[in-house]
Amino acid sequence: MEQVKKTAAIFLVLAMIFSLTACGSNDGDSNQNTTAAITVYNWGDYIDPTVIDDFEKEYGINVTYETFATNEEMYVKLSSGGSNYDVIFPSDYMIARLIKEDMLHKIDMSKITNYKHIGEQFKNLGYDPNNEYSVPYMWGTVGILYNTTMVDDPVDSWDILWNPKYEKDIFMLDSQRDSIAVALKKLGYSLNTRDEAQLEEAKQELIKQRPLVLSYVGDEVKDKMIAGEAALAVVWSGDAIYCMWENEDLAYAIPKEGSNKWFDAMCIPKSSKNKEAAELFINFMTDPEIALRNAEYIGYSTPNTAAMEMLDEEIRNDEAAYPDLESLDNCEVFEDLSDIIGLYNRIWDEVKASQ
Amino acid sequence: MKRHWLATPYIVWMVLFIVVPMFLVLFYSVVERTEDGYRLTAEHFHRFVDPIYINVLIRSVVLAVISTIICLLAGYPMAMILASREYSRKKIMYMLIVLPMWMNFLLRTYAWMTLLERKGVINYVLSMLNLPSLDILYTNQAVVLGMVYNFLPFMILPIYSVLSKIDQNIIEAAQDLGGNNFTVFRRVVFPLSLPGVLSGITMVFMPAVTTFVISKLLGGGQFMLIGNLIEQQFLSSGDWGFGSALSVIMMLLILLSMGIMSRYEQESGGGALW
Amino acid sequence: MRFLKKSYVFLIFAFLYAPILVLMIFSFNESKSRGNWGGFTLKWYMELLHDKQIMSALYYTLLVAVLSSVIATLIGIIASIGIFNMKKLPQSIILNVNYIPILNPDIVTGISLMVLFIFMKMRLGFVTLLLSHITFNIPYVILSILPKLKQMNKHLYEAALDLGATPMVAFFKVILPEIMPGIITGFLLAFTLSLDDFVISFFTTGSGVANLSIVIYGMARRGISPKINALSTLMFLCVLMLLIIVNLRMSKDPERRLKSGASKENGRYISSIGHDI
Repeated sequence: MEQVKKTAAIFLVLAMIFSLTACGSNDGDSNQNTTAAITVYNWGDYIDPTVIDDFEKEYGINVTYETFATNEEMYVKLSSGGSNYDVIFPSDYMIARLIKEDMLHKIDMSKITNYKHIGEQFKNLGYDPNNEYSVPYMWGTVGILYNTTMVDDPVDSWDILWNPKYEKDIFMLDSQRDSIAVALKKLGYSLNTRDEAQLEEAKQELIKQRPLVLSYVGDEVKDKMIAGEAALAVVWSGDAIYCMWENEDLAYAIPKEGSNKWFDAMCIPKSSKNKEAAELFINFMTDPEIALRNAEYIGYSTPNTAAMEMLDEEIRNDEAAYPDLESLDNCEVFEDLSDIIGLYNRIWDEVKASQ
Repeated sequence: MKRHWLATPYIVWMVLFIVVPMFLVLFYSVVERTEDGYRLTAEHFHRFVDPIYINVLIRSVVLAVISTIICLLAGYPMAMILASREYSRKKIMYMLIVLPMWMNFLLRTYAWMTLLERKGVINYVLSMLNLPSLDILYTNQAVVLGMVYNFLPFMILPIYSVLSKIDQNIIEAAQDLGGNNFTVFRRVVFPLSLPGVLSGITMVFMPAVTTFVISKLLGGGQFMLIGNLIEQQFLSSGDWGFGSALSVIMMLLILLSMGIMSRYEQESGGGALW
Repeated sequence: MRFLKKSYVFLIFAFLYAPILVLMIFSFNESKSRGNWGGFTLKWYMELLHDKQIMSALYYTLLVAVLSSVIATLIGIIASIGIFNMKKLPQSIILNVNYIPILNPDIVTGISLMVLFIFMKMRLGFVTLLLSHITFNIPYVILSILPKLKQMNKHLYEAALDLGATPMVAFFKVILPEIMPGIITGFLLAFTLSLDDFVISFFTTGSGVANLSIVIYGMARRGISPKINALSTLMFLCVLMLLIIVNLRMSKDPERRLKSGASKENGRYISSIGHDI
């Protein structure tokens, strides 16, 4: 036993020396040219990672980068106060809620010199009517991504997600607002309804659909659909584009009942300690070259007109990526429903817990 | 030696990081936020009584029990063989059982994700052999499989450790007295190994019933065990009240099972977990 | 019968090792898809080494493991001596509270600490992660040291004082050597537990600070990545090497080794790792 312990002791000393030297060298690295630091809180897989490196190099600002999977998760993290974020990327309805709850700084638009590149149709939207709190990052729709080798019915309606033929071949989004919206749209209701009976009906629809669903997924949906693990998946348009690049059998459709069109934007939460650096970051991200790199890397549609013009013609003319905003008139933008968030939470818990 | 004051720093630490957090969880489980502060409420516990949530609890317990039973059935013979081997082999086999436990358990769980996929390795092999494909990712079976895989060594080792300490003379005596192998096992070996079996059961059941990772990775996003429900309350619904109530319920569940186990342990005559 | 036994052992080991082996083989697979083989490559290892996220996680994992186990051991030594000299009732109260982090499910420990940190308006990050690790480490250290104190001859310390040693000298020359085995066991235990922890870290960290487990969890939730396969291979080889070296050193004294392998001490060690999951 003595021997064991002696050996162990030697190991530990080695481990300590190793990690202390690692510690030393790492500190040296990060202190080299760092004058400031910001924490960025973005969706998973929602940026070209080299863009962050370039920003750090150009401004000498250290970026701590964290990701979230849903708006709700982001909101809980932000409001619980355990972290200080400088730049966040919420969606439309969440921006409205954050503004209402006084959780966002007004952005000094004179610092965002690249704001002029943002298309006019993405300004003055309902969630931020005077363009004071947010700078658009990406936009898109929600629709059905399907594998043409596995689906022979026409995909034009949400009903196909309730078709027993595709039992255990369907991926839904693990995001309460989006999944409940799918059920509401299928029933022909507004996805911003406050009618409790309609929401209850949507809940029943989702519970009815449960046995057909293979899994409620997040970012892994891309990997799974590319690998052909399921026939149908509810996805955000950008993820669909990305998957179609990787697997030619995949196609994307926006059901005829209508869907959700959404806008993700960059905002500065009140907890930010370094608003100037945050604005630098937002301006950097809005630079046409950078916006182009991000759009090309993640597959989502950029609201940055200058960046869009530099895109491959093929992508620019792709109906799935850049549909005419006018033609999406049966698609609604989410409104802030935080006053009935308890009801949403309960419905979602019950859907997921039922089996 | 009047040095009991030396414990003071740790007592302060304990109060701050063990006792206070527990009371905070208890506190949040019975209060509700109102305009002007907090109000006592039983609403969070009441909400749990809904059949949907009770089912989650039952599912967690059932899956953990199934995994424990499988671990016991598969692990006991292994422990016996291990205990009966000649020395040199024993050492290697012991190491081989310990080794996977030292791997990060997320990696062990991840391994099954790659294996079980529809287009994964297992199905690739099956299709090469012209066998029907195995489609169990995102089901109960996958979760149980993940639990058994992760926790099997925790069943084998304590049983092995008790078995290898049994005095061979006792067994020989029993054989000399005319017991056949089965009788010797049933009347002598098994009763003597009970303490090991009990710690094995505890060491498999406890982590299995509280896991949220295995169910998340192998069961998919729709798979709810009580651990997932707690995680969801704190990380995506932001409902600390309900989440705290669920945590209190989970603590009670663990206390209850510990209580049951320790009663059996006393009956079987010692051999505590520690 | 012999054949049956052999095949049973083979089956169990196949079950335990096949998944790890498959991961290791596929870490050299050129093609990203899982079913088929696209040729031999080391590119996933290169990508792994250049992955900033994983390298930073490795750094934090080691840093937190070293710091938390050292601090927990120091606090644990002092506390054990204090607890050992306490009266019966306060002693048993302290020991019972000491058991709470061991018996509590990790998820409950994790969220209760998270609630505490947020309640105290602390920023979740490195400091909170370290505090949490120290908190769940101390109880194991104390439980390793206390039995050694109990075994110690009570009069040794007094004899040292009588012979003119100051209390400090008596502590370092008499008590410390006696309880050293317990201290090392406790330290090792704390170190491994911290290295391997996922659940508690998951709830108590933030601000971009993550350990390896958290990064692996994040990557696994994003789908299958050959980079994780490469990481698994490297980690498996590290563990294997560690075990072999420890084993070679120990095999000088096989009889003892076997005993210790089956001892209760080892049982606790194993169970504490089990608890970690």
